[in-house]
Amino acid sequence: MATRKASGNAAKPGANVSKDDLLSYYRDMLLIRRFEEKAGQLYGMGLIGGFCHLYIGQEAVVVGLEAAAKEGDKRVTSYRDHGHMLACGMDAKGVMAELTGREGGYSKGKGGSMHMFSKEKHFYGGHGIVGAQVPIGAGLAFADKYKGNDNVTFAYFGDGAANQGQVYETYNMAQLWDLPVVFVIENNQYAMGTSVQRSTKSPSLWQRGAAYGIAGEEVDGMDVLAVKEAGEKAVAHCRAGNGPYILEVKTYRYRGHSMSDPAKYRSRDEVQKMREERDAIEHVRQLLLTGEHASEDDLKALDKEIKGIVNESAEFAKESPEPALEELWTDIYAEAAPQNA
Amino acid sequence: MATEILMPALSPTMEEGTLAKWLKKEGESVSSGDIIAEIETDKATMEFEAVDEGVIGKILIPEGTAGVKVNDCIAILLEEGESMDDVDSSAKSEAPAAPQDDAPASVPAAAKSEDDTPAPQANLDPDWPEGTPMKQQTVREALRDAMAEEMRGDENVYLMGEEVAQYQGAYKISQGLLDEFGDKRVVDTPITEHGFAGIAVGAAFGGLRPIVEFMTFNFAMQAIDHIINSAAKTLYMSGGQMGAPMVFRGPNGAAARVGAQHSQDYSAWYAQIPGLKVAIPYSAADAKGLLKSAIRDPNPVIFLENEILYGKTFDVPDMDDFTVPFGKAKIWREGTDVTIVSFGIGMTYALEAAEKLAEEGISAEVIDLRTLRPLDYDTVLASVMKTNRCVTVEEGFPVASIGNHLSAVIMERAFDYLDAPVINCTGKDVPMPYAANLEKLALTTTAEVVDAVKKVTYR
Repeated sequence: MATRKASGNAAKPGANVSKDDLLSYYRDMLLIRRFEEKAGQLYGMGLIGGFCHLYIGQEAVVVGLEAAAKEGDKRVTSYRDHGHMLACGMDAKGVMAELTGREGGYSKGKGGSMHMFSKEKHFYGGHGIVGAQVPIGAGLAFADKYKGNDNVTFAYFGDGAANQGQVYETYNMAQLWDLPVVFVIENNQYAMGTSVQRSTKSPSLWQRGAAYGIAGEEVDGMDVLAVKEAGEKAVAHCRAGNGPYILEVKTYRYRGHSMSDPAKYRSRDEVQKMREERDAIEHVRQLLLTGEHASEDDLKALDKEIKGIVNESAEFAKESPEPALEELWTDIYAEAAPQNA
Repeated sequence: MATEILMPALSPTMEEGTLAKWLKKEGESVSSGDIIAEIETDKATMEFEAVDEGVIGKILIPEGTAGVKVNDCIAILLEEGESMDDVDSSAKSEAPAAPQDDAPASVPAAAKSEDDTPAPQANLDPDWPEGTPMKQQTVREALRDAMAEEMRGDENVYLMGEEVAQYQGAYKISQGLLDEFGDKRVVDTPITEHGFAGIAVGAAFGGLRPIVEFMTFNFAMQAIDHIINSAAKTLYMSGGQMGAPMVFRGPNGAAARVGAQHSQDYSAWYAQIPGLKVAIPYSAADAKGLLKSAIRDPNPVIFLENEILYGKTFDVPDMDDFTVPFGKAKIWREGTDVTIVSFGIGMTYALEAAEKLAEEGISAEVIDLRTLRPLDYDTVLASVMKTNRCVTVEEGFPVASIGNHLSAVIMERAFDYLDAPVINCTGKDVPMPYAANLEKLALTTTAEVVDAVKKVTYR
């Protein structure tokens, strides 16, 4: 059983990471942050309805893990899913247009923020029921093992979902059947308004896997390089046929649980301290500048490019028409076999 | 360029709110993420964060103002070096292009008026060609053969559940399958319904064709979230990109003397869910033909069996690849005085009652729905239009039963043909008792069906 504890200082500037990789992590994380800020803005304008859960603060988790994935690997997550979709290469326009409930959205406007999918990018949702994506992720891995390929599935869930019974039912079967699934606990420390300390006396969440014989470790989720390194280790474990692996990624969400969260359960100072001292994007930015991989001007140009992509997605999401009324009655039953996977 | 700061919507239902407090004054600079104001919604006081960087040029709505509409401009944010003089105060903001709330003028395809609906007609095509040799089989054997044939035909079909492999099935439905297909395709699970139902849904998303056996549908209550939220709704929520082609099967309803927690009939529950298909065979031929169709269906199918029927023997056509289509009821017995509609084990009472009624000179037409979703309304309606009377029979609870639903449809579409109210024979509105005499009372009986028919025929 692995028991390594990744330290936040593990990543020295330039150590084992190329300039291009660093720039691409920076770019991917920044895209998620700017996209989410824009989504928050559109929500405020009434263009996005219902629930909208922003990923701001947690960007290093998906970007680090996607850096450890190969083509064919699958991912499934909860309702806080915009970052996962952008990180696996789904089009910002299609995601934003789904948020506004328009025809150009990934689900033709019928899924919404919490329910989006992309067969092409092997993204299996977007699930609104806390914890339900965990057995589904193990099932995707079951299918890959059945077919005899070496694909791995990333099943993301939060510290809140970690208390759902089906997670442990899944741990048991995943280890019993050696399923190639990485269980990623995105521990952002609050399940809606309930802190981890108020919901469990377990000292750590990943160690619960020990009861089923599943190896795992804790990772600093504000350090994209640490996440990537741990992700590579987890993926190698799964691909080699050793069964599942658990990563408890310590992260932090800057915004409320959803757009309608007054966030009275934590102090403004706590949030501000994380933003100022541990921000994952700022961390990579400093690595780029101190390592002389990029100049302030380079980064400004990149920032501008990303703002352009995000603004374009917002424009598309506003201009794409609402779905045709006939869409109410489509996609309830499949006529021919859906071409899954 | 100056930016207008608009009153934000801070909850799914917020239309207006109170601007409780400004935390930034005119002339102060703000950066992204700073709290600029506190806004009271109907639920809470929320902190309003700046999205853009700049300097507060002008506050348009003073603090303490109630009833500020969402999207009203509350302040102007200036860029570095800009002043309010640069802002053309006459330039009104464009109203954001929020979607229109107007109700659609017409809802397509939903409720067609009766006028353009063709008169209902029963599909009387035979289930198998005339002259097909028949063999005697139990429902149990027919179900096993259906699975074995489909597993031979499609490598991606596999069976998972409790005791399906080494034990050969808690009710011996999977007898012999482990020997033929091996433990890769016949998978024993731990006792963990919620978990393995979810894993099977994931496997279906991933391209397999799972058959999930529940030891009984009573235990599927632990898995119902995955059946409905994960399996039934995904095709719709994904805009048609992916779904869950799979079968959930097992015994449903009362067996004998197993008490309240093991005796519930879930027909009406699952029949309510768009995205699911629901089959509930009575005979061995239907068990085989419908299960083969279910396994091939690209949608999630609930396949409701019955423990008491497992050991019953019927004629099954002895032919290659016999299937029964969904949405086609079967007329077991033609008649002219009353229509008795049932499904699954309810057919036992329906057919027994028809036999008794015939002795008294009452001619009953008996219809087996076979699938509840899709449901063959036309065969039922065509029959009721002929007999003008209808009795429904099922073992499930009476409230919101399949019989209730049929009664409503018959009232809507054949009101003028009815000579008597439709009567629903159902299980009683009580948890299933253990005592033998009470259990018998709790289920519906042949005598109740006979009485109901006499009532609607005024005998």
